[in-house]
Amino acid sequence: MSDSVRNTMYFAGVALLIIITGFVQSWNTALFILNFGLISAIMALGVNLQWGFAGLFNVGIMGFVALGGLATVLVSMPATPGAWQAGGASVIGALVLGAATVVAAVILMTKMKASKLRSFSVFGVLVVGFFVYRGLFDPAVGFIEEIDPAATGYLGGLGLPVLLAWPAGGLLAAAVAWLIGKTALGLRSDYLAIATLGISEIIIAVMKNEDWLGRGVKNVVGLPRPAPYEVDLQSNAAFIERANGLGFDAVTASTLWVKLIYAGLFTVVLVILFVMAQRALHSPWGRMMRAIRDNEFAAEAMGKNVTARHLQIFVLGSAVCGIAGAMMTTLDGQLTPGTYQPLRFTFLIWVMVIVGGSGSNLGSVLGGFLIWWLWVMVEPMGSVLMNFVTYGMADGYWLKNHLLESVAHMRLLTMGLVLLLVLRFSPRGLIPEK
Amino acid sequence: MSEPFLIGDSMTGGYGNGPDILHNCTIAVNKGEIAVIVGPNGAGKSTGMKAVFGMLNLNKGSVRLDGEDITTLSPQDRVVNGMGFVPQTSNIFTSMTVEENLEMGAFIRRDDYKDTMTQIYDLFPILKEKRYQAAGELSGGQRQQVAVGRALMTQPKVLMLDEPTAGVSPIVMDELFDRIIEVARTGIPILMVEQNARQALEIADKGYVLVQGANAFTGTGKELLADPEVRKSFLGG
Amino acid sequence: MIDFLNAFVALSNFVLIPAISYGAQLALGALGVTLIYGILRFSNFAHGDTMAFGAMCTILVTWLFQSWGISFGPLPTALLAMPFGILATMGLVLFTDRYVYKFYREQKAKPVILVIVSLGVMFILNGLVRFIIGPNDQRFSDGERFIISVREFKALTGLKEGLAFKTTQGITIVTAVIVVIALFWFLNRTRTGKSMRAYSDNEDLALLSGINPERVVMVTWLIVAALATIAGTLYGLDKSFKPFIFLQLLLPVFAAAIVGGLGSPLGAIAGGFTIAFSEVMITYAWKKVATYVVPESWAPDTLVQLLSTDYKFAVSFVILIIVLLFRPTGLFAGKSV
Repeated sequence: MSDSVRNTMYFAGVALLIIITGFVQSWNTALFILNFGLISAIMALGVNLQWGFAGLFNVGIMGFVALGGLATVLVSMPATPGAWQAGGASVIGALVLGAATVVAAVILMTKMKASKLRSFSVFGVLVVGFFVYRGLFDPAVGFIEEIDPAATGYLGGLGLPVLLAWPAGGLLAAAVAWLIGKTALGLRSDYLAIATLGISEIIIAVMKNEDWLGRGVKNVVGLPRPAPYEVDLQSNAAFIERANGLGFDAVTASTLWVKLIYAGLFTVVLVILFVMAQRALHSPWGRMMRAIRDNEFAAEAMGKNVTARHLQIFVLGSAVCGIAGAMMTTLDGQLTPGTYQPLRFTFLIWVMVIVGGSGSNLGSVLGGFLIWWLWVMVEPMGSVLMNFVTYGMADGYWLKNHLLESVAHMRLLTMGLVLLLVLRFSPRGLIPEK
Repeated sequence: MSEPFLIGDSMTGGYGNGPDILHNCTIAVNKGEIAVIVGPNGAGKSTGMKAVFGMLNLNKGSVRLDGEDITTLSPQDRVVNGMGFVPQTSNIFTSMTVEENLEMGAFIRRDDYKDTMTQIYDLFPILKEKRYQAAGELSGGQRQQVAVGRALMTQPKVLMLDEPTAGVSPIVMDELFDRIIEVARTGIPILMVEQNARQALEIADKGYVLVQGANAFTGTGKELLADPEVRKSFLGG
Repeated sequence: MIDFLNAFVALSNFVLIPAISYGAQLALGALGVTLIYGILRFSNFAHGDTMAFGAMCTILVTWLFQSWGISFGPLPTALLAMPFGILATMGLVLFTDRYVYKFYREQKAKPVILVIVSLGVMFILNGLVRFIIGPNDQRFSDGERFIISVREFKALTGLKEGLAFKTTQGITIVTAVIVVIALFWFLNRTRTGKSMRAYSDNEDLALLSGINPERVVMVTWLIVAALATIAGTLYGLDKSFKPFIFLQLLLPVFAAAIVGGLGSPLGAIAGGFTIAFSEVMITYAWKKVATYVVPESWAPDTLVQLLSTDYKFAVSFVILIIVLLFRPTGLFAGKSV
């Protein structure tokens, strides 16, 4: 069996799983799995860039995804009337000042000779900078958050078309990735893992608590959509007619149609990114990356600047995750920082890449669909299993209740097991790197 | 001539499944003697010694210690069988004190090793002075003494040193050679690899000149020093 | 003068005591991380959930004891149950080592692979703990609540400021001191402990000296299991037990281990207190202390809080970054980079 036949069968298999879900559960669920599968596949591509191409272990993927979500709000929501006048300029000014303080401290640190004077001046700059920053920042934030707090209370966005948020999400994620990569790359691999874990926790903490930026845990709802609203479709005579012609009622048809439009948009992005990733993989640049991954010392001895290359690919991979994050928030139609759980979902993406095949773009895409399907289906399958296990037990028996309740916790356990089994018995994944 | 105490007999082999580095190479040391392996860079000097210590895959040849065939033993088992080995680099526990280094040397011994430690402190007085200091804080020459002392803690029947004077100053080198002669005087045969061929051959009872993994010249230290061809090619005239 | 006393009492009550007990918990956690790093040479992401598992076992035994009517007088019953929790956790880590980590060790896999594997173990443990005990808050502390309560303290000293010293805080500090002394005695005085240090220092030479690596690894896991259970139980007693919390505890624990220098036990302790004190001091509202110390006219009208408590984790992370930038080997020159 040749590789292409095998790969086709894999994808056909996953498609079949989704179609079966459509028949057994509902087409709505099936399309939900498909849409998130597409997004997962894109995230997996991003992680595969970092891990598969370069061997970088990024545990902060959810942070970059969340940045993409934030970008959606900043790009597509209308500006809150009065917010900019109330304190927008001060907030921006304070942030610039804060950044300038850090930069000044760094310059002092590098330019001055090591001495008590240097420590003292660096410390002084930081302390003064911090208090000026807080003095400017706090009242401005107060003003912004006072504006109609029930509905807005934040700066709002630029009011641009939501599709623009996708590349913007990538850019935002790339910028943050550059900062973190500058610090942690070049140290041993564990440090990058821990540093990225930390940065994602912070990104999400900032998004939860800085209400002026994206309303924090109060969430931003009603984001503009690139697809029509179901309600509009349901009152559209032409649409109802076509739906009836196909044997659907208007409500079902409208939800399915909207999901299909999203699926189409996502597929376009996935295909573009996939083609780019494939080209990169087979370009001289991609070969060099893999050479560095396989033998860092030899590559360094040959005059390759390993850290600079790593920084490049780290930024690229994070940007892809940012794009996927913006797409996810667009699909949800709302930004809910409280639901980003840094480690858990990051881990899920990792399982996708490793099961699919580290270093193989096609594998990552396959893993994205397959693992996402499994993630959604573990719970219903688990509850079937538990019903079977507890079949003989009396109703109300504590163990029966406990087991039935515990189904909710089987997801992560299953994913952990899948990861360990694949790493142990098939470390190259379903579609191995060539 | 009777069988030497330790002999790597016509060894052919290399690292792992890689190409052969040694070709029919023989290295031996007799009781109470110092044997030295010298040769140009990349001649396989260290490799030859590692082969004797079991860190290489031998395709041909054998290693015998005191008449017993130990070719198939792992390095760890060779230590148990009485071989002491001092690697060229990272040969001490830098974060541990001098005394703890010696204790770790005696790890496989279940009997009381206090006497051995006293002997080593007699042999290397500087170590006694610095016994509670972290070994990593010592000077290069002192670290080598710790390394040799650690290997002696098992009371080995033969001591193998891989370039003990690498990276130390000439004065320290002379002192180290003096110490090594003293160790040899306690009756332990010594096999050592040396970069400084002339000085090493001066103290050697037996010398091996290796070239490209094979024996080029063999003789007593004096013979080799006197051999015009050895002088010309390796000792700079 | 009284003002200064009041200020000091307020400082102790809100900063010193909480920071010391939190620091002790972090230090115990970081010791586990640092030992695994020193011997097995990878950052064990599963450590937080090992702590959760140990605490959970202790809680289950505590409930059992409580149902039997066994108590430990004024001290929490959990202390009696802890040895059983430690035993269960030892069993768990030996099991994961035998069936998961050993394979990669023998393959001499890159550390990053082991990190990924530990991430897998982490999620399995996380699922297991929630499967057994549920995702909710569990209370299991009993016995006296306070060594000294605010009211007692005020009555005793006549000061305006009160000082509360919880039993759990006292136990945390005392236990941590005992555990650390025992650990250092073990590492520095016993043959096995020294062989662990030797193995951590120079693996090849340790093998050459006849140190059995599998035994060193086993002993390490056993110690780590004990440390994790103690740290997890103390944290649970002091705050509360919630499986989810231990995921969040992972970052400060790692930060403590790295700040101190990965692989250095002394560093882990210093790192634990550094992180704990920074977190508490930077997120504490200093207004109360300040009003006592400065003249009335200077009294601050804001909270004098450097960062809101929501950014607690950011503090440990920022310290981590600073250390990585300027001293990647940590305060006590661990074996990093």
